[in-house]
Amino acid sequence: MAAHSAVLSVSRIINPIWGRHLGNTVKVFGTTLTSHRNKTLHVPPPAKYGGRHTVTLIPGDGIGPELLSHVVEVFRFSCVPVDFEVVHVNSALEAEDDIDNAITAIRRNGVALKGNIETKHTMPPSMKSRNNLLRTSLDLYANVMHCQSLPGVQTRHRNIDIMIIRENTEGEYSSLEHESVSGVVECLKIITRSNSLRIAEYAFQLAREKGRRRVTAVHKANIMKLGDGLFLQCCREVASGYPDITFDSMIVDNTTMQLVSKPQQFDVMVMPNLYGNVVSNVCAGLVGGPGLVPGANYGRDYAVFETATRNTGKSVAGKNIANPTAMLLASCMMLDHLKLYNYANLIRNAVLTTMNETRLHTADLGGQGTTSEVVQSIMRIIQSKGQLTADI
Amino acid sequence: MAAATKETSRAAGGAPRTQPPRRIMQTVTLIPGDGIGPEISAAVVKIFDAAKAPVQWEERNVTAIKGPGGKWMIPADAKESMDRSKIGLKGPLKTPIAAGHPSMNLLLRKTFDLYANVRPCVSIEGYRTPYTDVDLVTIRENTEGEYSGIEHVIVDGVVQSIKLITEDASRRIAEYAFEYARNNQRSSVTAVHKANIMRMSDGLFLRKCREVAENFKDVKFTEMYLDTVCLNMVQDPTQFDVLVMPNLYGDILSDLCAGLIGGLGVTPSGNIGANGVAIFESVHGTAPDIAGLDLANPTALLLSGVMMLRHMGLHQYAAKIQTACFDTIKEKKVLTKDLGGNSKCSEFTTEICRRVQDLA
Repeated sequence: MAAHSAVLSVSRIINPIWGRHLGNTVKVFGTTLTSHRNKTLHVPPPAKYGGRHTVTLIPGDGIGPELLSHVVEVFRFSCVPVDFEVVHVNSALEAEDDIDNAITAIRRNGVALKGNIETKHTMPPSMKSRNNLLRTSLDLYANVMHCQSLPGVQTRHRNIDIMIIRENTEGEYSSLEHESVSGVVECLKIITRSNSLRIAEYAFQLAREKGRRRVTAVHKANIMKLGDGLFLQCCREVASGYPDITFDSMIVDNTTMQLVSKPQQFDVMVMPNLYGNVVSNVCAGLVGGPGLVPGANYGRDYAVFETATRNTGKSVAGKNIANPTAMLLASCMMLDHLKLYNYANLIRNAVLTTMNETRLHTADLGGQGTTSEVVQSIMRIIQSKGQLTADI
Repeated sequence: MAAATKETSRAAGGAPRTQPPRRIMQTVTLIPGDGIGPEISAAVVKIFDAAKAPVQWEERNVTAIKGPGGKWMIPADAKESMDRSKIGLKGPLKTPIAAGHPSMNLLLRKTFDLYANVRPCVSIEGYRTPYTDVDLVTIRENTEGEYSGIEHVIVDGVVQSIKLITEDASRRIAEYAFEYARNNQRSSVTAVHKANIMRMSDGLFLRKCREVAENFKDVKFTEMYLDTVCLNMVQDPTQFDVLVMPNLYGDILSDLCAGLIGGLGVTPSGNIGANGVAIFESVHGTAPDIAGLDLANPTALLLSGVMMLRHMGLHQYAAKIQTACFDTIKEKKVLTKDLGGNSKCSEFTTEICRRVQDLA
């Protein structure tokens, strides 16, 4: 793949002058390499034009728009080579055109940053959750969340460092429901071998990459013997291929009990969709709340970044009191994904310095700061690092 | 010393002032259970005795036996006793893996249609956890939902589990929750759901809760997503009062709340059935490793017994025993190992008995 991009960049230098003459040669060269690449693994080309990446931005509802505008502001200030393609999704409409547009834009750009799109459950059941639709259409099968205790935040438990990997497309979120007879509703929870193997493989790979020692599968196989039993079996199979990593399992109710008493015992956790929802929210609460933890949804071809607990935050919207940390850290995860590591570290360090050292906290952490004050502080720290910045 | 004061009070005048009116003994079916079950049940009986609670125990054993037609059921004498007394206190029951019969708890639930699982979680002064001032009740629908047990392999590698929500069960649990709130002076009931994802099933549950709330205007009704509840619960549990929810969420949340106050060893639990039957139980395991060694902690079963007394309307005795238990724990002098001390179960029991008699 490196050879291919080398050829392309050479061709870009040569093309302006020789254009059509060398063009064919380069194309032939390129085709051979592309077909060789297709045989191994198809990775869509990055939406990178003139050295700048294009990322889809979905503002969503509630605090989404304001937090994302702060992200755009910080990026512009730090001269990050990322352009945003904004796609609005109106959650009040029944038609799926908006979300289809968003999905197409993400397919085009490969990467997205989003706020939560509200699901009004007063609408008819045929109108599915827009967020869920996005995740399943793009097959973003792994939701990854890293919960770490931050030194500047007061919490009841210290030294928490848990990575949660949650299956993101099936399980209880299959949205397959029917009313067999009036007053009797069935909701199907689907567990498949292929998806369970896939998420387990992802979890162990990630654990190995990050140097983690232990993976815990969370399940309820004593009650859902076939469904969660299959999930657990798949995890065990994958675990046998990673002898350097300890694998154990825990029932979900015991897990939540252990999390509120001794969360330090957990390292990496992998689980189906609904338990992932519960456990990730518990862990986010343990480290300081929904305003702190970023989340990422990875698929084979696409990646979408958002806050980990996916809150719309209607009660704090428009009041300039929301905590921008989670969204900014999510944008740093996005920059890492785009391989813009320097910018990612620059912004991340500025955010964490504001959080831990200057201790400028928003209301959710018991502080008095407004969102804009926190963002200003972050930008000031970025400026002080001596990098090229735009005007505030 | 307690006896002496009773004597003097009796000698003082014709009608003894401190003696309660002639008590009607109520029968309660006692199921000691397995493992540490028998010893903690004996401890509870002893404490109730010391408190002179008007409870007559009928001990029964519950095992799974195969009835006519191949259906698994509990022994006839246990069923008969429970149907008669309507109130039960149960210790932990073991379910051996691959026993061929469903879990004992499931069997009891099916036999008596125990549709509501109630777990009050109150912070215990003297048993410190990172969370103080917890005072909430989780009410969990116990018959359907995700635990319907209906699963099938559709094709090799694809499994489907069915979550069942019915109008009747949802209405029943909602009604129980509001009645409980009213009877126990609780100010609000929160329905926990995931109707944004499970629109029809949790949507039905939520609708029923809303309908029932209309008849209980004196109790505040709110709705909250499961993830928001989890998030807020670990940050500030004091904002919650009574929570009502379907089976799976109830299972997870009730254990989460038990973890907040100190674990299953100190958490009471009650199961309410359709025909006025109520079985109160300790929810911890049978702890076979310490069975018979006089090391067990009877607090969970004792607090369940207290819950039972309240259900029976015997509030005075309930308060007495609860105070004695909490004072013993607060004092920290005589505590079982799991509470951080090194006393025996019998010593702990004796201490509580002593306090109960002092409070008489």
